[in-house]
Amino acid sequence: MSLTANDINVTFGTRTVLQGTGFAALKIGQLTALIGPNAAGKSTLFRTIAGLIKSNTGQIELDGQDLSKLTIQQRLKRICFMPQSFTANAALSVFDVVLMAQKQLRGWRVSQADMTAVASALDAAGIGHLADANIGDLSGGQAQMVSVCQALIRHSDVYLFDEPTSALDLRHQLDVMGRIKATMRERNTIGIVAMHDLNLAARYADHLLLIGSGRILAQGRPETVLSDPLIANTYDVVVQTGTGPRKELNVHAYAD
Amino acid sequence: MTAISDIDDDAVSKLVDNYQSRTYRRVILLLAAIALLAFTVVIDIMTGPASLSFVDVLAVIFNPSGASVQHKVIVWDLRLPIALMAICVGAMLGVAGAEMQTILNNPLADPFTLGLSSAASFGAALAITLQWSLIPGAGVFFVTGNAFAMAMVTSLALYAFTRLRGVTPEAMILVGIAMLFTFNALLALLQYGASELELAQIIFWQLGSLARASWGKVLTCVIVLAIVVPYFMSRSWALTSLRMGEEKAASLGVNVSFLRLTVLAGVSLLAAVAVSFVGAVAFVGLVGPHIARIIVGEDQRGFLPFSALAGALIMSGTSIASKAITPGVIYPIGMITSLIGIPFFISLILSQRQRHWQ
Repeated sequence: MSLTANDINVTFGTRTVLQGTGFAALKIGQLTALIGPNAAGKSTLFRTIAGLIKSNTGQIELDGQDLSKLTIQQRLKRICFMPQSFTANAALSVFDVVLMAQKQLRGWRVSQADMTAVASALDAAGIGHLADANIGDLSGGQAQMVSVCQALIRHSDVYLFDEPTSALDLRHQLDVMGRIKATMRERNTIGIVAMHDLNLAARYADHLLLIGSGRILAQGRPETVLSDPLIANTYDVVVQTGTGPRKELNVHAYAD
Repeated sequence: MTAISDIDDDAVSKLVDNYQSRTYRRVILLLAAIALLAFTVVIDIMTGPASLSFVDVLAVIFNPSGASVQHKVIVWDLRLPIALMAICVGAMLGVAGAEMQTILNNPLADPFTLGLSSAASFGAALAITLQWSLIPGAGVFFVTGNAFAMAMVTSLALYAFTRLRGVTPEAMILVGIAMLFTFNALLALLQYGASELELAQIIFWQLGSLARASWGKVLTCVIVLAIVVPYFMSRSWALTSLRMGEEKAASLGVNVSFLRLTVLAGVSLLAAVAVSFVGAVAFVGLVGPHIARIIVGEDQRGFLPFSALAGALIMSGTSIASKAITPGVIYPIGMITSLIGIPFFISLILSQRQRHWQ
């Protein structure tokens, strides 16, 4: 199974957000990082893949099947999209909102299996202690972890995470990325994470997509993409790559 | 690195137990609220010029054949319809307020504060004074039909307004107040040209009164509740997910605009029927859901029934108060709910402001 996109064009009014965007097959069990400057079209590309925005042209195929043939409900069952962190001051507990994702809008009854699934997911995400907390009282980072937990409790073929680590401290960034990567491998599913931290992308992604001004500019293995001069152009910085103390790829950016 | 299979079974079963006990607690609270409601209904029937004892009331209700004719008339013909009307209207306003607050993401929303009640009053007044029917073929329901049509038009206008960018909850309330003034002015215009009889009817709408309750009206309310509430209940998860933001709900597969529109139609129907039978009753739809939110949170499976029960309890209590404050005098219920609701409303606005400052 693989996910491909071809010639995607999205316009909002007169503004073109995605133009001729496409990427070669993303493989199962792999984690792809979608990198690019602010307003490059990362979130729009995600929403288009999820089917929440219609593309004027082109197609997105999952396992050779054109996704536009599916109803929006069928599509969202196969493609799990985690929007950027939420802000809500609703009187809902963390357990409630993860249960909501688990139930996926079906049935009033909550079975023992549902509750166990939610409790396990919360425990695995390291937020079991927050189960009874009100979502309005969470910090930005905690809300983000709840959001990731809501996404991972669902069983889909493709997972899209829009900046899952932007509000997290170092330790939790590593935990969340590690959990996402391990889950994709374990479930043999396709994962794409939109992110700004190139070092984190280099560390966890198997594959990189570089997006700039609504176009996919480069794709491939992290070491190839990150050493491409296009990175420097796209972000308008000077980039130098190196190797860290544990042989991991390091990216250093300079403003001049 | 945390592996996903690395799960602590004890911690998991503790979380499950914890959630389960919260669910049981919710069920017990629900039963307690129903019991309390039954109690207030009996008190409501006891209260009035010819006083009946608690035992008398129960005897007449459960064993009508053994009761005196006088007691039967007082309970079955005079007071029971009013007591049941109070809880039906309270439940309708509670549910309407709860879902308006949910879909508009606005804790200050209720049929009264957003002008739905005054729109419905105006629609009804059109029917009373000019005999205009806004819904052709509405027949005997043409007063209610008009009230519904005006409430629905107002809902749609409010809905269109929420689509504009940068509309804060407070701005929504200001629009609601603008609606309120508009319809009150139009209502005054109708009153100006109305006959004395029509005037009396219009005043009844403005003050809110349970005095015209009848078994037929109670039945209509029950039917409307039986249509709208199951629909809202079937959309429980979708409505709950909407509280986490539109995008989150959409990513779960909720058709947000369709949900908003259908729920608004349901809310308009509830508000219109309630207003067309008892007049504009302020703030019940605001206070009821807030009590529910504090007690059971906003999971719709608890929030919806509790909002209905809280609304019903408030109206039942108001009905008792309207008769008990001065023996022999029945005060308009709209007056009482306003006087009780306004301090609550102001405290809500103040707490809202605080939240924005943070």
